[in-house]
Amino acid sequence: MTAESRVISVNGPVVRAFGTRNMAMRELVRVGDLGLLGEIVRMEGEEALVQMYEDTQGLRVGEPVKGTGGPLSVLLGPGLAGSIIDGIGRPLSALLKEEGAFITRGVSVPQLDLSRSWEIRAEVSAGDVVTPGNLLATVRESPLLDHRILVPFDVSGEVEYIVPSGFAKGSDIVARVRGPMGRDQEIRMTASWPVRMPRPYAERLLPDEPLVTGQRVIDGLFPIAKGGVAAIPGGFGTGKTVTQHQLAKWSDASVVVYIGCGERGNEMTQVLEEFPSLEDPRTGRPLMERTILIANTSNMPVAAREASIYTGITIAEYYRDMGYDVALMADSTSRWAEALREISGRLEEIPAEEGFPAYLPTRLAEFYERAGRVVTIGGEHGSISIIGAVSPPGGDFTEPVTRHTKRFIRCFWALDRPLANARHFPAISWTESYSEYAGEVEPWFEAHVDASWGRLRDEARAILAEDEKIRQIIRLVGEDVLPNDQRLVDLTASLLRNGYLQQGAFGPDSFCPPEKGFAILNLILTFHRTAEKLVTAGCPLSLIRNMGELVELIHAREIPAERTDATADLGRRIGETLSRIGSERIAPEGRG
Amino acid sequence: MARTEYVGVDTIAGPFLMLGDIRGVGYDELVEITSADGIPRQGKVVLVDEGATLVQVFSGTQGLTPSGTRIRFSGAPLEIAVAPSIIGRTFDGLGRPRDGCGPVLGGERRNVNGAPINPMARLYPRDFISTGISVMDTLTTLIRGQKLPIFSGNGLPHNRLAVQIATQSHLAGAENFAVVFAGIGIRHDDAAFFTSRLQESGQGNNLVLFLNTADDPVIERIATPRLALTAAEYLAFDLGMHVLVILTDMTSYAEALRELSVARGEVPSRKGYPAYLYSDLASMYERAGVIRGGQGSVTQLPILTMPNDDITHPIPDLTGFITEGQIVLSRELDARGIYPPVDPLKSLSRLMKDGIGKGYTRDDHPGVSSQLFAAYSRTQDARALAGVVGEDEINETDTKYLAFGKAFEEHFIAQGIEENREIGQSLDMGWYLISMLPAAELTRVTMEELRAHVGGDAPK
Repeated sequence: MTAESRVISVNGPVVRAFGTRNMAMRELVRVGDLGLLGEIVRMEGEEALVQMYEDTQGLRVGEPVKGTGGPLSVLLGPGLAGSIIDGIGRPLSALLKEEGAFITRGVSVPQLDLSRSWEIRAEVSAGDVVTPGNLLATVRESPLLDHRILVPFDVSGEVEYIVPSGFAKGSDIVARVRGPMGRDQEIRMTASWPVRMPRPYAERLLPDEPLVTGQRVIDGLFPIAKGGVAAIPGGFGTGKTVTQHQLAKWSDASVVVYIGCGERGNEMTQVLEEFPSLEDPRTGRPLMERTILIANTSNMPVAAREASIYTGITIAEYYRDMGYDVALMADSTSRWAEALREISGRLEEIPAEEGFPAYLPTRLAEFYERAGRVVTIGGEHGSISIIGAVSPPGGDFTEPVTRHTKRFIRCFWALDRPLANARHFPAISWTESYSEYAGEVEPWFEAHVDASWGRLRDEARAILAEDEKIRQIIRLVGEDVLPNDQRLVDLTASLLRNGYLQQGAFGPDSFCPPEKGFAILNLILTFHRTAEKLVTAGCPLSLIRNMGELVELIHAREIPAERTDATADLGRRIGETLSRIGSERIAPEGRG
Repeated sequence: MARTEYVGVDTIAGPFLMLGDIRGVGYDELVEITSADGIPRQGKVVLVDEGATLVQVFSGTQGLTPSGTRIRFSGAPLEIAVAPSIIGRTFDGLGRPRDGCGPVLGGERRNVNGAPINPMARLYPRDFISTGISVMDTLTTLIRGQKLPIFSGNGLPHNRLAVQIATQSHLAGAENFAVVFAGIGIRHDDAAFFTSRLQESGQGNNLVLFLNTADDPVIERIATPRLALTAAEYLAFDLGMHVLVILTDMTSYAEALRELSVARGEVPSRKGYPAYLYSDLASMYERAGVIRGGQGSVTQLPILTMPNDDITHPIPDLTGFITEGQIVLSRELDARGIYPPVDPLKSLSRLMKDGIGKGYTRDDHPGVSSQLFAAYSRTQDARALAGVVGEDEINETDTKYLAFGKAFEEHFIAQGIEENREIGQSLDMGWYLISMLPAAELTRVTMEELRAHVGGDAPK
């Protein structure tokens, strides 16, 4: 009466199955009468443990278990860009059409709409000899994105057939290649790839170009390189998600993969509503056209949350292989680690720190190492930058996920609770954060923005660091007892904090090109250098502090980026006022 | 359809019953248990295995005997009957009528666990709810469809605040507004306070109550908020009502969950809470929102008392990571007689940014709120300094901040328990307070707003 393979135990998201000898480790299985999706995670004799991607409510002992013959995979092809999928690759639009507003179980929907017709251009001709990674055809996925159909990694030989330029459907064969043994291999527009297997590349390159984010504190002080890895840790309410959204909106990547991993449903909806109406500052096209959203909200099954990270990085690698710069945001990697912990607990594995499994650091490393700038198999240059949010419990950065993450990333944007409480956003702490890429990308900024980029960065950081000490003294004894030069440092640091580091996520200041950021920084530091000379010569700080232009300086970020004349004019007026103060206060004494 | 009844259990341990090999039982199924004396109780299946079935009994296993206990599996998970007639009713923590008015007739049975809303089906919440409370409307704006918890402590007036929000936001919500109240392990006094206050303010006709009081079975508490949310979803998404769900006290809920987890011998995570506390809380908090093309909305106002006022305790910490902000009550403000004692710096409304300003509240709202936050934050520094060197020794700017802070707390935060302020009035007060500070300090408002507002007349 029972099926050949059957359920023998159900414990939340973990199911034990019997009679699974013919199935493979990590095989995707359909469990029960509803056909719920799960993945085999352990095999012992006749039994297998299955981690379930769908809720197991109502599942009974004796219900059938069927193998699907392959591991958890994602279908890659045109139609991904602009879409939103769940943690195991099912498009939410199809689920909405099938099932309505609430996500039900056991639904089978195609991962891509294969009947959709695409504009395609053949890039080779019959008779050409191709090797893995070669470009076969280009599909216009969106006006922003050319989707390149490449020769798969295990195919090479002579092109027998190539799709004619024009229109083709997602299910169509793009090319047929005759291999060395005379075997014909068909290449379709879409192909499946197992998510847990990194896609190969030819060679790794060192990152040397910045991922320009349009955020002053990041580009200016703690830049990330294309192909770099960064972490944003912060307690709740410190702005992880807003920062991630900002980066997804404004960074100069060709493709953005945004993974909402165990986070809020409304946040995904916000991206869905907002991105189509936002323009890419570089191309003027809607941002959604280059964005792929993966939504596994906190109330969706925990195992699918674990898988969503791999689904996301596989898609990112797919676009990297086409020679694109991809930015991947994972919000939040802590929820992913917690999913690992929860499943590990149900599997009754021995826990290491705080209940996390001992393999947590290994998994983190595997994930972050899939980032990088590479030469693809096809010889193109592509990159994946990963920006992972970390949600440490109680905002404590010494907890296992933050601590282990720090070992594998090179750029650390620490979100600071006091800054967030004062609504200083982005609340990226300038004392705790660091970027190992700063030196590597400095030549790029100096070549493309201004030759003094690095010098100004060092100057700003020195002032901010010195001010930390000064502010400690001020907190204890007040400002009045300090010498004028130290009070000037405090004044300049406050200009830097309020006029430069702080940046609204909404409105015109949301995206700040590096040129404009540099101009503001230059205004503030030029003021500082001039004022420093006056103060050294004995000019009272109160005169400088009460300059009307300082209010304008703090608001300089409101000047539109193209109005370089207005910025220059402000700089000129500050200089004039300072020299007037100088001549009134110092010159007479000099004569005397 | 009659279902098989089993007599006798193998093991009774804590809230659990272990039965031998029973086929055809589903995970999470509802179970009816009858003890030897004939009194029925309810439970649910928490583990099915070839050799054993584990049942968790909601009202505890006291008095059950291994041989005399009869068990009947329902074939379905815990459900609640929903119909328009649930409005005005009072249920216990397991959804049984508590008001003596008999069962809900003609209702449709719904699984209390709900299902996740597809993010594509959601509508991003943007509708401002006017609560009439300055500190909330201006600084931590409540949005229709939001989940905004109150982080409180024992003895703080969170119940009064919740009632004031429920009452005053009702006025703006007009006809189709309902309040669903889930009391989870609350004291009888608190339950009485809520019912009487909400009824006095004319909310009795659109109130649904689920009450699990402190002396009710602890394990029932796992079900109470889910029943309330299922009822709320029905009212919102089937009947098109705007529903405000008050869940109190989520700390009692989490403690019940811990008790159960420990009894099951699960590997504990922080402070003994199970590793799945986050997922479990999320399965409730995420049941708020607005559905595209629908009429109604579910807004959640969970209340939790922070153990030892510790905001890093796992319950408030995990809650804060799931909810769209938090309203934190301050013991210090409360001690100074300021009601509502909302600490604006620790409080936050994540959805506020998209529901205020031009076209929603007033153009200057984002600037004013940001400036008030910054100024109040700076006030704390000035106070710390004045505490060390004395108020006479601090400079002119800091003195102005002290004056600002005092006025802000005593006139802006503080207001009457029945005082209902318009948003415009609150913003004008905000400008008045801001203009107590030197212009150079006003870095969060634009130059344009500064010119338009500062120097204006002081509002009453």
